[in-house]
Amino acid sequence: MLSLDSSRKTLGLCVSGCRSLSSLAELPEMHQMMRQTCRDYADRELGPIAGKLDKEHLFPAQQVRELGAMGVMAVEVPEALGGAGMDYLAYSLAVEEISRGCGSTGCVVSVNNSLYIGPILKFGTQKQKEQWITPFTTGEKVGCFALSEPGNGSDAGAASTLARQEGEEWVLNGTKAWITNSWDASATVIFATTDKSLKHKGISAFLVPMPHPGLSLGKKEDKLGIRATSTANLILEDCRIPLGNMLGSRGSGFKIAMQTLDSGRIGIASQALGIAQAALDCAADYAHKRTAFGAPIGKLQAVQFKLADMAVAVESARLLTWKAAMLKDAKKPFTKEAAMAKLAASEAATFCGHQSIQVLGGMGYVTDMPAERHYRDARITEIYEGTSEIQRLVIAGQLLKEYAS
Amino acid sequence: YIVTIRVKPDHSGVVTDGVKHSMNPFCEIAVEEAVKLKEKKFIKEVVAVSCGPTQVTETIRTALAMGCDRGIHVEVSGKDYEAMGPLQIAKIFAALAKKEEASLVILGKQAIDDDCNQTGQMTAALLDWPQGTFASEVTIDGEKVKVVREIDGGLETIKISMPAVLTADLRLNTPRYATLPNIMKAKKKKIANMKPADLGVDMVSRVEVLRVDEPPTRLAGVKVETVDDLVAKLKANGTI
Repeated sequence: MLSLDSSRKTLGLCVSGCRSLSSLAELPEMHQMMRQTCRDYADRELGPIAGKLDKEHLFPAQQVRELGAMGVMAVEVPEALGGAGMDYLAYSLAVEEISRGCGSTGCVVSVNNSLYIGPILKFGTQKQKEQWITPFTTGEKVGCFALSEPGNGSDAGAASTLARQEGEEWVLNGTKAWITNSWDASATVIFATTDKSLKHKGISAFLVPMPHPGLSLGKKEDKLGIRATSTANLILEDCRIPLGNMLGSRGSGFKIAMQTLDSGRIGIASQALGIAQAALDCAADYAHKRTAFGAPIGKLQAVQFKLADMAVAVESARLLTWKAAMLKDAKKPFTKEAAMAKLAASEAATFCGHQSIQVLGGMGYVTDMPAERHYRDARITEIYEGTSEIQRLVIAGQLLKEYAS
Repeated sequence: YIVTIRVKPDHSGVVTDGVKHSMNPFCEIAVEEAVKLKEKKFIKEVVAVSCGPTQVTETIRTALAMGCDRGIHVEVSGKDYEAMGPLQIAKIFAALAKKEEASLVILGKQAIDDDCNQTGQMTAALLDWPQGTFASEVTIDGEKVKVVREIDGGLETIKISMPAVLTADLRLNTPRYATLPNIMKAKKKKIANMKPADLGVDMVSRVEVLRVDEPPTRLAGVKVETVDDLVAKLKANGTI
């Protein structure tokens, strides 16, 4: 039975505290300007090279430096620490626009901001912030996030990487898998079990510089998409770090990981939106130009229905993403909305990628057009930072809590 | 800058309603040069000016985000805006340059919508100031400015005294992207608002646009076998 309390919970979030619904339709001027500058950068600097970066698996080091100079590599970081000092909505817009130019570069931006800087900003000491965040705001250095292992992805609570204390040092042993940015990173936030008996409450977070004795990298994975990013295993063999490199308190690692992924979801949703929009742009443009049966194919209902479905998928996912970002900025709970955004945006990206190729027909299947790259780039968004299946569990869990009497 | 231009049904001009406007690319280069001169400490303050309806404040804010210190929005709208041309704008700029006691007025060499290439030159003439137009290089040397100009014959270097008017050409510099921190700072910078009448400028245009048409559709070409055929065809269609 729906009590008054739970209905207030479900409705109240829209009204108090966070920006009114009208601003979802028109962003504040500063956000519009910020979106425009990122879009200009993506159109002029990323669009022309995205195909090459993908084909040759090239990390966009120069572009990352330029984005760092613009403040895009540390959007939410306060200016005192070297960041842009903007809010999460601004960050979401930045990632979407960058991803629209190049899905891989958008991924690098998202991982550095949400997964590496995010937890240090939230759980680090002032000294840790200065040491581990400030050098990573300029684009000269990027970080990575090491949670998954060969034995556990979705099952994050079963971390088998171990950390034992030896005098003034932590000694880490184990293997982490699927680590984005690994070959290009200068530091990692890594999770290891400090107390096996406490199960997931016995996991702690650590900061490890890269390269570092005892930490080696596995081979670069040959991926379907986002090929300009490096993905590899992190292998720890008696990797020694000072005690001061623990992030947060002992045993809080799982909590740190889950909260980081909550925010990271908004970043990935934004990346997926950028890829989806690029796919839609490609298809819509082609529909104007390609003629068949004596007219541009955009006149055919079959094509029109596809474009309409793509546009609805992108726009609805975008509004969900903006809402999640706004809730986070208003310091309200946003777990459910972030999961909804990530789920909707990643499914929109794979849908748009698929339909974009369909609209382009044969041209969609060859590398002359970017449609096939969007299709490949989109696929990962349904997997990393929480699979679509996990997102559904998170959403259902939150939803059922709201309805519990 | 890829926009589909449509002529209005009454042939009085082109459709501008609902078309996305942005800073003229040559003006971006001018703003960048001004900000660079300030960074090199040759000038103290950069004021970004735009004439037009309310929407131009967005463009002024972009200039502020690139590093200008403050902005001036000269409000011109409706019929006045439609009739506004280089002469009216030059009068406004000349009045402002005197009011602000500017040492330099830097503009883009031309706007890419009308390609007039007149505003800078007219402004200099109204002020009786020297002008360095089509600048591809600007160096300040004491009270003088050395300007390398791109002209049809190549490059011309001139030295002019300040105060002066400069117009920016393509190769002068590469405009910066507005950084996120600068966009934040731009929010606090001031944009003053005024009307042409406040500057004593009359907006009456001496030019009347009679008609605007799209260029004629390009006709298919005709291949000819010999030079004699070519001459005969050109004579037949009245070209020679």
